[in-house]
Amino acid sequence: MDNRQKEINNLKDYKYGFSTDIENIQAPKGLNEDVIKFISNIKKEPAWMLEFRLKAFERFKVLKEPDWQKPKFPKIDYQDLYYYSAPKSMKDKPKSLDELDPKLLETYKKLGIPLQEQARLNGIAVDAVFDSVSVATTFKDELTKQGIIFCPISEAIQNHPELVKKYLGSVIPTSDHFFATLNSAVFTDGSFVYIPEGVRCPMELSTYFRINASNTGQFERTLIIADKGSYVSYLEGCTAPMRDENQLHAANVELIALDDAEIKYSTVQNWYPGDKDGKGGIYNFVTKRGLCKGKNSKISWTQVETGSSITWKYPSCILKGDNSVGEFYSIAITNNHQKADTGTKMIHLGKNTKSKIISKGISAGSSDMTYRGLVDISSKAKNSTNYTQCDSLLMGNKCGAHTVPYIKNKNSESNIAHEATTSKISEEQLHYCQQRGLNPEEAVGLIVNGFCKEVLQQLPMEFAVEAQKLVGISLEGSVG
Amino acid sequence: MKEQLQKDFDNSIKNLSLSQKDIEIKKFCLDNFINKGFPNRKEEDWKFSDLNQIIKNNIGELSFYNDQTSTNKVDTSVFVDGLEHNKIVFINGRIEKIDFEYEKKDQIEIIDQSETINEFKNSNSLSDLNNAFTNKCFKILVKKGYQLVKPLIIYHTTNSKIWSKNINLRLNFELDKDSSLRLIDLFNDTSEKNFLNIFYNFELKENAVLKNYKVDKFENKNIKYSFNNIDQDKNSVSETFILSSGSNFSKNEINCNLNGVYASAFVNGIFSLNNHKHHEIRSIINHLTENTKSYQLIKSVLDESSKAVYQGKIFVNSEAQKTDGYQLSKAILLNKESEFNAKPELEIYADDVKCSHGSASGSLNEDSIFYLMSRGLSYQQSRELLINGFLLDVVEKITDSEIKNLIKNMIGIKE
Repeated sequence: MDNRQKEINNLKDYKYGFSTDIENIQAPKGLNEDVIKFISNIKKEPAWMLEFRLKAFERFKVLKEPDWQKPKFPKIDYQDLYYYSAPKSMKDKPKSLDELDPKLLETYKKLGIPLQEQARLNGIAVDAVFDSVSVATTFKDELTKQGIIFCPISEAIQNHPELVKKYLGSVIPTSDHFFATLNSAVFTDGSFVYIPEGVRCPMELSTYFRINASNTGQFERTLIIADKGSYVSYLEGCTAPMRDENQLHAANVELIALDDAEIKYSTVQNWYPGDKDGKGGIYNFVTKRGLCKGKNSKISWTQVETGSSITWKYPSCILKGDNSVGEFYSIAITNNHQKADTGTKMIHLGKNTKSKIISKGISAGSSDMTYRGLVDISSKAKNSTNYTQCDSLLMGNKCGAHTVPYIKNKNSESNIAHEATTSKISEEQLHYCQQRGLNPEEAVGLIVNGFCKEVLQQLPMEFAVEAQKLVGISLEGSVG
Repeated sequence: MKEQLQKDFDNSIKNLSLSQKDIEIKKFCLDNFINKGFPNRKEEDWKFSDLNQIIKNNIGELSFYNDQTSTNKVDTSVFVDGLEHNKIVFINGRIEKIDFEYEKKDQIEIIDQSETINEFKNSNSLSDLNNAFTNKCFKILVKKGYQLVKPLIIYHTTNSKIWSKNINLRLNFELDKDSSLRLIDLFNDTSEKNFLNIFYNFELKENAVLKNYKVDKFENKNIKYSFNNIDQDKNSVSETFILSSGSNFSKNEINCNLNGVYASAFVNGIFSLNNHKHHEIRSIINHLTENTKSYQLIKSVLDESSKAVYQGKIFVNSEAQKTDGYQLSKAILLNKESEFNAKPELEIYADDVKCSHGSASGSLNEDSIFYLMSRGLSYQQSRELLINGFLLDVVEKITDSEIKNLIKNMIGIKE
């Protein structure tokens, strides 16, 4: 046993003087090894997990915050953040819906979100109104029958260490970029999904049905493994606006698809975007990466990004297995002073790999939208194809829409096609709709929905309907 | 490299009669270059072509001093036959001949600008290198309303008598109102392993028309960097055609500022590469006012582990409503080892615009080859025919028929 290992073992007994009441503890402010050990200790993690975190932290110390991206943001003081805080006690939460911001309630109404659901979203201390626990339990039983593991990642670390140990960090290594590495060091919770060989998951998995889903914190970590021949569809987020006191969100999502497996990952992101003047709002700096490890595997990303003051993410696919397929469907909408820099990376390594990118960007107000993507076909990826389409729609002359694709083709037997357009909603289209009795806002909503249709179709049914409404609502106030 | 730079710089300054102020400016540029060095892949614009590495691998150590006092003999055999034209001849970086025999003498002015250094809005270190070492810098002024009768061909010739490993050139053009100029750059290198660093600046006034054709066709082992800055006023038109083929490495950069309404810019290019060559075209079209137009078409045929890079950017600022921007790059990879990289970029801040780009790369279409072979052509013939057709598309974009024919003959493209 080397020294480091010893040190870690010693620390396992160290309790920091806090003992029982986990509900109310908070890690001291700042980021250092002690805080990481504290988090690991509270989560009762095994030594290898702590080592994983510390390794990431070692790396984090030498990394610099990247500055190549388009949306600039004020410098974040990483020593001024809390990296662990237990859920807020019920006392601090609003007691009834009447205490909420009327604007928020209005939005809920438009989205058609039921009352009890509204309460749940805001963490209102209501009991027995909404029986989410029992609903979730029924689902859980059915999943267990099939051998599917779906639990918080901290539970998985305890109960399924062999799986977590094998796959965690295999797609996003601890030595990755700045925010991913930060996440590896300090992540607190997230989802873990394992679909056994040959199983087709009978329902859409969603954080919604996971007990303990709320307050997963700002550094979420998700790991999804689809074993040979399995299928899973996973939903993240929801259409209702979410408020959160943490400004920085740096989540990591890792997907692994083995032979003949398929993962479909859908996101609807609607974090608080800041007010009309761009004050406040969430920084959403997420690293999402999928590995098509086995042959004939498939990973498909679908995202609807309407919230956050800055969105900065590139859900990527590494197409390693022969005949594997990667897909990326995205709608990004920015309004007021929001900024989004999003896109994807398709890295073709295996033979006969295929990828498809459909990206729709809409910017309004004084916002900025950037599509940034990479298609890389390596010299060994014979007979691979990629098709990329990125369309941008501009509303008003204060916003910006940018396209920055990187295209690398090193294989003569592979084909890449890329198209991009930028335009605005034509006067004729608007006139046509208004003539038929729609007001300008409705008309824009309709046209924009048509523009996004290709992507919305990829979402699971019930999600798609809500997302469609969301698209219209996000653009409110941008017309006229 | 630093000592070599310093020594060669002192030598070249000695031979020039410059004012103290100019020497200081040159010195400042030299220091800038020494600090930055050659661009490398860490710089976004040089991501796909690491010039520092390329120079190291292909040339090794550079030397910079060129003796500009001794003259070179002009070899007339390199002149283009069958096309009457005006000439400017550069031999080993020294301007040997300026000849506007077909034009009215009072309509063209050649101004020696060696003592005034114009700053380029180009942040890379090569402009510093150029500023520090250029000896003579001329400005060619085409006066108001004058349209040159014959095209101007600039011969860039290097031969074995070359002094150093690096040549820096600089030319400025001003096209006054309603004037026009057809300009062909013809490269003819017999020297081995040199680095050519060429900067052009064009200023187009109202209604001026510039047609610039750059032809790098003859096989050579040189490394070239060429930067064109074009400023365009109201109603002006610029057309740039690039044939990128002969050199070992070549990077052509076009920076075009559409400052006046109804100004338009066209950039068309062909990469025809083989044998480990590595070429790049980078174009930046800045739409700065309303009703401007740009069109770009780049086609590549890549054989034998060659590599082509196209970085094109369309920038539209918030005043530039009604912009029309288009960009298309297509590549055929003939060999397993060949590589095509593209970064077609759009940066748009105005809403009433029409901007689009497309990029495609792949192999020759097997179905088309089968079609032709089933009609009696050999595999080789079918291949050639398809490539011919693929490239003809770009050549057809040349608006001047005389020059179009010349270029067609040069690269052996048939109709």
